[in-house]
Amino acid sequence: MMGAEFVQLSLTPILIGTLSAIACALPGNFLILRRQALIGDAISHVVLPGIVVAFLVTGSLASLPMLAGAAGAALVAVFLIETIRRLGRIEPGAAMGVVFTSMFAGGVLLLEQSDTSGVHLDVEHALMGNLESLIWFDATGWASLLDPAAVAGLPPELPRIALVAAAITVLMLVFWRPLKLSTFDEGFAATLGLPVRLIGLALVAVSAVAAVAAFDAVGSIIVIAMFICPPAAARLMTERLEHQVAWSVLFATLAAVLGYVLAGYGPLWFGSPNAVSAAGMIATVSGAILAIACIAAPHRRRIGQPAG
Amino acid sequence: MSTSLSVLADALLLQGGYNAALVAIGAALLGIAAGAGGTFLFLRKRALVSDAIAHATLPGVGLAFLAMVAFGLDGRSLIGLIAGSALSAAAGLFAVEWITRRTRLAEDTAIGAVLSVFFGFGIVLLTVIQTQSQGRQAGLEGFLLGSTAGMLFQDAVVIAVGGVLAIAALVALRRPMTMVAFDPGFAAATGVNTGRVDMAMMMLVLAVTVTGLKIVGLVLIVALLIIPAVAARLWSERTDRVILAAGAIGGVSGYLGAAISAAAPGLPTGPIIVLVSFALFLGSLLFAPQRGVLAAAIRHRSFQLRLHRRQGLLSLARSEPIFDPLTLRVLQREGLIRTDRVATEDGRAAAARALRDERRFEIAREIHRDDPFAHRYDGLTPIEDVMTPDEIAEIDRLVNRPLSVGAPA
Amino acid sequence: MSRIVTPPALGLVATREAEAEARAEAGRAALALREITVSYGESPAVFSVDATFPRDSLVAIVGPNGAGKSTLLKAALGIVPRLSGTVTVFGMPLERARDRIAYVPQRASVDWDFPTRVIDVVMMGLYRELGLLGLVRASHRERARACLARVGMADFAERQIGQLSGGQQQRVFLARALAQGADLYLLDEPFAGVDAATEKAIIDVLKELKAEARTVVCVHHDLATVTDYFDRVLLINTRKVAEGPVATTFTGANLQATYGGRLASAHIDQLKLAD
Ligand SMILES: Nc1ncnc2c1ncn2[C@@H]1O[C@H](COP(=O)(O)OP(=O)(O)OP(=O)(O)O)[C@@H](O)[C@H]1O
Ligand SMILES: [Mg+2]
Repeated sequence: MMGAEFVQLSLTPILIGTLSAIACALPGNFLILRRQALIGDAISHVVLPGIVVAFLVTGSLASLPMLAGAAGAALVAVFLIETIRRLGRIEPGAAMGVVFTSMFAGGVLLLEQSDTSGVHLDVEHALMGNLESLIWFDATGWASLLDPAAVAGLPPELPRIALVAAAITVLMLVFWRPLKLSTFDEGFAATLGLPVRLIGLALVAVSAVAAVAAFDAVGSIIVIAMFICPPAAARLMTERLEHQVAWSVLFATLAAVLGYVLAGYGPLWFGSPNAVSAAGMIATVSGAILAIACIAAPHRRRIGQPAG
Repeated sequence: MSTSLSVLADALLLQGGYNAALVAIGAALLGIAAGAGGTFLFLRKRALVSDAIAHATLPGVGLAFLAMVAFGLDGRSLIGLIAGSALSAAAGLFAVEWITRRTRLAEDTAIGAVLSVFFGFGIVLLTVIQTQSQGRQAGLEGFLLGSTAGMLFQDAVVIAVGGVLAIAALVALRRPMTMVAFDPGFAAATGVNTGRVDMAMMMLVLAVTVTGLKIVGLVLIVALLIIPAVAARLWSERTDRVILAAGAIGGVSGYLGAAISAAAPGLPTGPIIVLVSFALFLGSLLFAPQRGVLAAAIRHRSFQLRLHRRQGLLSLARSEPIFDPLTLRVLQREGLIRTDRVATEDGRAAAARALRDERRFEIAREIHRDDPFAHRYDGLTPIEDVMTPDEIAEIDRLVNRPLSVGAPA
Repeated sequence: MSRIVTPPALGLVATREAEAEARAEAGRAALALREITVSYGESPAVFSVDATFPRDSLVAIVGPNGAGKSTLLKAALGIVPRLSGTVTVFGMPLERARDRIAYVPQRASVDWDFPTRVIDVVMMGLYRELGLLGLVRASHRERARACLARVGMADFAERQIGQLSGGQQQRVFLARALAQGADLYLLDEPFAGVDAATEKAIIDVLKELKAEARTVVCVHHDLATVTDYFDRVLLINTRKVAEGPVATTFTGANLQATYGGRLASAHIDQLKLAD
């Protein structure tokens, strides 16, 4: 299991899955604390139209236009949600429901109408992801990690998600204080002169970039599990934000690795030769982690909530 | 192009074949039920719970398929799949409620977690099904985004009947649901069992969702529950009218969407229906009479101008300096002051009137003291609009004697 | 004060000198508000209020519920948009003087379930000083603890913020404001829901602030303590009724004008008033 075949078939998907999960869980911590978990939902849906439009404009699936397209679509979505909420005096959840379903519908129709047969972009993958296909053809074993030629043949998704995960980590460290401040007490942050709206928008844009980088691997709906489940489980483990974020990274990693392994090797234990969807399994495992946390984590109850 | 147009025309006029007609009618009925039913959810501020319900159907679809195949039945039976999806949707709904009640996590977190985890598990099951019985690949993917192409006659009947039943249930339950949606506290006080009514509302939403899965798809059916309700809300402040309007908008969306999709069989039905309803929503947002964007913009601007005019006039009357550029602009435009900020003849007259009204109200407030009357005065409305001529005359009698504030009235 | 309405002298207009004079006066004050109007909907919550808060003073803003007191503070801070008016802080526009103001809202609209401790909240007051990446030194922690101690909350430093009573939470936010080391304090009902001992502790802190040549503005509801606690008072009810030193402004007539008939004269008689 740990030999050449593992490096070729499983190493890159596991890495990509893990990095995706971490890249999403980091901003996810703030989304759930801001009661914006469903913004994660909305973002992951509008990534699709963002990518499709970027593809139609540039004609390629290069990383940069896709990231820009998705981040742009997320900001457009947030803008529309905010506009509808304010202009129509509609509660945010409903405004969100209006916007992301419509944008997603638009994306699906655009995708169906345009000719994307030459590239790896279709509705099914957009919904389900395709982690298993991100294999490392050129690898012959662990030694390939040191072989420049083989490294050049890594699936491009890997360096992309690695870069995104690193960038998100750095951003989060640098802007930790304003982020924490404006998440905890937006009014106070505003009186300090912090650009609270900008911080909120930046969080959304960063989440969108994480979502699009993870999109290839897990599709637009399972991304939501990565945004929400590890941070939610982590919230139940501690009363300190710093610790919560650390727990969420741990849970994200656990879900990604365990999910991939179960998807690939689990069916064998039941005597079936066919693997099941790794993305789906990662979501399932992260759900299981959350379920366990909900039942047994030390800080699972709201303050003042009766035991039992 | 012209052929597809004529196909569309046929479909709209129910000429596109028996099946297409039935599907369009089914979609319209479903749209009415979803629009009206979704309104209650929207008014309860729980619109997105339906998204969790919708995504939670997927494992049920997969499990029902596997179970039916295991028992030697046809795995594609719509009734069976609907039953399975209803069970797992109920489980998802239960999970959302349990997490929200029993842990510190908020409802939105619970919704997102349930939605994505159930969906992920459903995808796992779909991959199991795909590999197990390649031959009978069931087209379960159609449940994701909806497809009416090649829909069986009996499936169309199932959907139409489901829509009718849901509408019937709505009509039967509309009173208690309206009461609970409008004011749960009051409803509970008058003896309505709000818990049970909420439950019924959720069951209704669940029923609409599973009925509509085949046409709209589970990813987007939430749109049919939310968009018509939101659009309708813009048109009226009365609950019953909002519900009717939402039903109408949903019905039109379903009907038009299904008809368009019949004319373009390659496209998934769900997105088309959603976009039609979004177009109706946009129209409402712009043009609705009270809450519409245009109406609001006009109102706000005129309020601001009135305010600045009034403030400027009072400043003139009290010989106070005016700094505010907008105030200056308003006064200048109406010819009340000259460009060098000196009041014109008209300006002086208007300022005197403004001050007189201000004075009249001061007296009115003296007289009425505790009366909520005092709140009728916002400083902007002409006095003639708030008081009767008799009241004004009475006040004017008092204006002519000096009055110290705080003296007994 | 009785306001005899004089016949309006019309025709006079704003002169440049008047404008300059107003500017100069605003420059001398800690906070100067001109013609502030705020409206949430179609009718104004604060209408055309002028108010000046001189440096080095302890000022009460007094008025009935819904009078627009909180709104006036928020407008001064730029938290709610103004329909008209200007705000001058130590002679500067608001934006340039932000780091000299600290504000404690009437009800902190925070998530009490947030994963953070009391001491972390007070540390937030040091943000201006620490910046994005500034190192937290022992001296910073010391100061945060000292601020907590000043409001009598030193023993609660490690608690999760939700595990406090309402009055204790209020004190933590006051401690955070103290940590800010501002020159102008805007406090919205700092005594709401606190016990007598705490109220005493808080007013002592506020008097210390004034002694340190800082300006403190409090929205205040307890008419009985106005004369003891404050040197100046601003009475408003959507419009300004009166402002000035407590000794000359906090009169029965002005209170009647502010509260209308809601305040029985018998009640007013029991108050310690200026005459
Ligand atoms: N966010 C808001 N949206 C709409 N109206 C508001 C809002 N906040 C305040 N108001 C209205 O503005 C008016 C002034 O409110 P404000 O909070 O300033 O009163 P206040 O003097 O602080 O009262 P209290 O003594 O009760 O704190 C009230 O009539 C209130 O109903
Ligand atoms: Mg207030």
